Amino acid sequence: MDDTNPQTPDQPSTSIPAALEAVGIGKRFDTVIANQDVNLRIEKGQIHALLGENGAGKSTLVNILFGLYHADEGEIRINGTPVRMDSPRDAIQHRIGMVHQHFQLVPVLTVAENIVLGHEPTRGRWLLDLDRAAAEVTELAERFGLAIDPRAKVEDLPVGIQQRVEILRALYRKADVLILDEPTAVLTPQETDHLLTVLRGLAAEGVAIVFITHKLREVLAVADRVTVMRGGRVVGSTTPAETDEAGLAEMMVGRSVVLRVAKTEARPEANVLEVRDLHVRDDRDRPAVDGLSLEIRAGEIFGIAGVDGNGQRELVEAMTGLRIIEDGTVLLDGTDITGRSPRQISELGVAHIPEDREKHGLIGQHSIADNLVLNRYFRTPYAKRGIRQHAAINDDAERLVADYDIRTESIRAPARTLSGGNKQKVITARELSHGARLLVASQPTRGIDVGSIEFVHQQIVGQRDSGIAVLLVSAELDEILSLADRIGVIFKGRLVTVADAADLDRATIGRLMTAGST
Amino acid sequence: MNTLSRYRWWFVTAAFLVAFTLFTAEFQQAQTTAVLAATLRQSTPLVLGALCGILCERSGVINIGIEGQMLMSAFAGFVVASSTGDLLLGVTAGIACGMLMGAFLAFLSVSLRGDQIIAGTVLNIAAIGLTSFFFQTGRSLPSGKTSRIKLGPLADLPILGRVFFSNRPLTYLTLLLVPVIWYALFRTTWGLRTRAVGEHPSAAETVGISVVRVRYMNLILGGGIAGLGGAYLSLEAVGSFERMMTNGKGFVALAVMIFGRWNPIGAWGAALLFGYANAVQTQFQFRGWLADDPQFIGMMPFIVTIVVVAGFVGRARPPASIGQPYSRE
Amino acid sequence: MTFLRSALVPMLAVVLAIASGAIIIELSGLNALEAYKALYDGALADRKGIGRTLEKATPLVMGGLAVAFAFKAGLFNIGGQGQLVIGALFAGAVGYGVTGLPWIIHMPLALLVGGIGGALWGMLAGVLKATRGAHEVITTIMLNFVALNITDWLTSKVWREPGIIVRTPAIESSAEIPRWSQLPTGFALAVAAAFACWYLLERTTFGFEIRSVGLNPEAARYAGISVSRIVILTMFISGMLAALGGAIETQGIVGRYEPGFNAGLGFNGITIALLARTHPLGVIPAALLIGAMEAGGSMMQFKADVDPEITEIIEALMLLFVATPILVRWVLRRRDTSEISVGAHWGDA
Repeated sequence: MDDTNPQTPDQPSTSIPAALEAVGIGKRFDTVIANQDVNLRIEKGQIHALLGENGAGKSTLVNILFGLYHADEGEIRINGTPVRMDSPRDAIQHRIGMVHQHFQLVPVLTVAENIVLGHEPTRGRWLLDLDRAAAEVTELAERFGLAIDPRAKVEDLPVGIQQRVEILRALYRKADVLILDEPTAVLTPQETDHLLTVLRGLAAEGVAIVFITHKLREVLAVADRVTVMRGGRVVGSTTPAETDEAGLAEMMVGRSVVLRVAKTEARPEANVLEVRDLHVRDDRDRPAVDGLSLEIRAGEIFGIAGVDGNGQRELVEAMTGLRIIEDGTVLLDGTDITGRSPRQISELGVAHIPEDREKHGLIGQHSIADNLVLNRYFRTPYAKRGIRQHAAINDDAERLVADYDIRTESIRAPARTLSGGNKQKVITARELSHGARLLVASQPTRGIDVGSIEFVHQQIVGQRDSGIAVLLVSAELDEILSLADRIGVIFKGRLVTVADAADLDRATIGRLMTAGST
Repeated sequence: MNTLSRYRWWFVTAAFLVAFTLFTAEFQQAQTTAVLAATLRQSTPLVLGALCGILCERSGVINIGIEGQMLMSAFAGFVVASSTGDLLLGVTAGIACGMLMGAFLAFLSVSLRGDQIIAGTVLNIAAIGLTSFFFQTGRSLPSGKTSRIKLGPLADLPILGRVFFSNRPLTYLTLLLVPVIWYALFRTTWGLRTRAVGEHPSAAETVGISVVRVRYMNLILGGGIAGLGGAYLSLEAVGSFERMMTNGKGFVALAVMIFGRWNPIGAWGAALLFGYANAVQTQFQFRGWLADDPQFIGMMPFIVTIVVVAGFVGRARPPASIGQPYSRE
Repeated sequence: MTFLRSALVPMLAVVLAIASGAIIIELSGLNALEAYKALYDGALADRKGIGRTLEKATPLVMGGLAVAFAFKAGLFNIGGQGQLVIGALFAGAVGYGVTGLPWIIHMPLALLVGGIGGALWGMLAGVLKATRGAHEVITTIMLNFVALNITDWLTSKVWREPGIIVRTPAIESSAEIPRWSQLPTGFALAVAAAFACWYLLERTTFGFEIRSVGLNPEAARYAGISVSRIVILTMFISGMLAALGGAIETQGIVGRYEPGFNAGLGFNGITIALLARTHPLGVIPAALLIGAMEAGGSMMQFKADVDPEITEIIEALMLLFVATPILVRWVLRRRDTSEISVGAHWGDA
């Protein structure tokens, strides 16, 4: 494949030094090489997209540029001069701002406090001047068209608004270079468009912008230049004019990629799942699911699209017994499972691929074999009268590892040694071999490599074809559009639309996700 | 925010307890005064311990070793004061000892990223071992413990005068520390950064704040306050050192901190409540209640602690990053 | 081979601590070599010494098991002291109060009652944690003090031997745990308990659930495990282990309950559990080591004039070195990824 160094003819060599430059960056974590010989030039006023799969090394690179990590090799240059980046403090002093993939916001503090943190306006040396902070924040917000209430607590805000706070935080100190790491992950299509407009405006003012994403569509829409990383190295650099989605995907993965999974028509039968007028509260005791009803039939995939924080998580937890149901009923094949324990619901035939695989899906220090049997370790043949039967457990594990192509040296290895994609395969293997009637899959391909994404999608469609009912919750609109037979858009705890996938398009869904109506 | 209405339950409880005291003392001034004064006295080390806990936990580090810090500092203060004859030097020694132990805790938990509960337990065990090993009987303070300072004519008021305005220096200092720390925590940049580090350390780090430096500073400052608490015990409350003289106060201070929701003013109120639970033992003795079964009186502060912790901690949330070592990479 | 590697950190901790202890002894003007030789004489040189060592080690094994077992579920049981005295007292009460039973029934009965008493005491903290989110570090320590007061009262008012000394009457011979040629057989019971714990944790589904809750309570919940149930049952068992330590002491060594007979044992449990890296079988050698140090303490004072409290300091140092593997790793420049972490669950309700 193409391992060109982007200093070659692609990019016109200039005598004007780049605003920010990474030269020969190398970084290892233990045995994993995260970056190797990475070169990157960001020019003033340029929007430079950094593209790559999860695990390609993009986040590592920008964390090094921002001083969060220390490179083992190579140097960073600002306007041609090599500089030391020992901590974010250095980066900030060099007028680099960063918008992080996982928001770096303190939930219990207000918007203004979060934005001015570290450079607070004061009366005297110590006394906080929160009024001035609020005024400055409001002014900043207006300048960029990102309306915000400075005195609101961040934890009370919806995720899309939190994204704005995260962006404003980077802009509060004048930045010459702005790094954005997956800034559109939680935005609706409309919010994404607005953000891209803001970025174009900043670039026009001379700010150098590094924009990390895995969404090919956005790259082609806004970037002046694209650099693709794979396996820790730069594999190519080009411009949107010279390539297309398929071309970029091939550079990212190293082979031609199927972007949409092949799917036959669904042949749904009787209802497997019925949810009637469900009411569930969130962790802060506010209504999260507010009178939601739906039906899913055997042999169909029902996709729920929506912005994070509209009740999807609480819905899934309520259905799997992990959260108390205030009101309403949940029926599985006619049996009332409302309020039953997670173990009972699982035994009655519900499989669950949870949203957060590290926190909820796996016990990292347990072996892969133990994790594969986590939903049935207490049943025969895996246990007899409370004594575990390791032979049976291991046989089962070997079989699943082979069937699902889980890359590992031994089933005895701790699960945390697996890559993200393989971890998701373990969870998928476990849940899908459960003999369930209903599969609840929540963000099943978040943060994993394209190969594993393909695999998981195939498995889900396979389940559907064998007569299982599938509830798919995802923030990736493409995933929903690709897999779902029917789509429901969730907004403020209810489904504002339920329709066949064929009858809906991106724009309509986007509007419904944002506003609850078209 | 209407302070009066938010803390109305405190006022009600306080009024009730004062009334209870007056009534059971049959309105005798001397007895009532004695109990209320004892409340303030018993609450002082708890306040100081809780303030230490607040400084540490607000920056995200659990400090289970307050008990050990107080014990060691009580010892250090006593040894220095009895050798030099200078009480002020003794107090300083106690504070310094606490600060040193705080720095050590910071080294273990922040620099080495060891488990914080284990690190605190190490402090406790080390304190018990070292103070017992090096303790020699027969030492005493040449001029006794600290003396009362009367605040002018205010000290002559009935009951209130004796309780509030006629105290020893460290007690006054403690009363002063409460609003000072409250102010620092909620109105200064230092306080904002501390709280940010405690809730979401990486958020602070990415705006250029050094999490390590903030935690070290808070642990050392907090240690100094715990040291003050220890010095108070040996140099102001008792006037000598005994083995294990802290007797669990460091842990009760943790309960006080939780009950006070990691807020200095709340902790002060909680400490007064616990102080009362201690002081009322005196009340019982005065009245001869449970005279034959003193163990039940002795249990009371501990049972109150359990009730408080079980009743309230479920609703009080500690700073979010607590207990988790922070590392950038 | 891996066993040796995982024992490396504790062994190094012990060596470092003993060396540091030697330094402290020398600093206080006494001879460290003499002190340690006297320690050895008192603890291991002859049958009497070994007997003393095993005597001291028995409650340490049980206390260490109690802490280690609770650790497996992510719980920090500092209530060993209180649970132990309840076990010791209740065993003593059954031991003297129940008469006319053959040994084969009386002896186990006293153990059982003692064990259940401490188990319930531990379970109390477990219930408070599971239902109210009350952190067990605070509640178990408070319950220690309450237990000391209650047992004090029971011994002086209810189960008091007539006379000036505050203690219970001697237990019947049918409740005693006999010695075998000067060696305390209670130690064998403790070893059996250690093996039972190991088997429970590694081979049963219940043990799997306990370990899962300790490693990742949220994922355990998602897997259908009832975290509350596990917390309560674990504290029950942990309390029982500590209490049995006290019961064995009463029935095998002392012959009655006397207040104040093992002050500070609760904290020793933590040191031992950590020296053993929370492995139930590792508790045995750790307890023997500390037991030997305590057994030799009086000989060390007698022959070398060194205060036996030095052993407490050495234990604190051991705890220090073993509890911060990073410190030792840094000295060794090694990588040992099996960390012990209890503090991470402090904020969990």
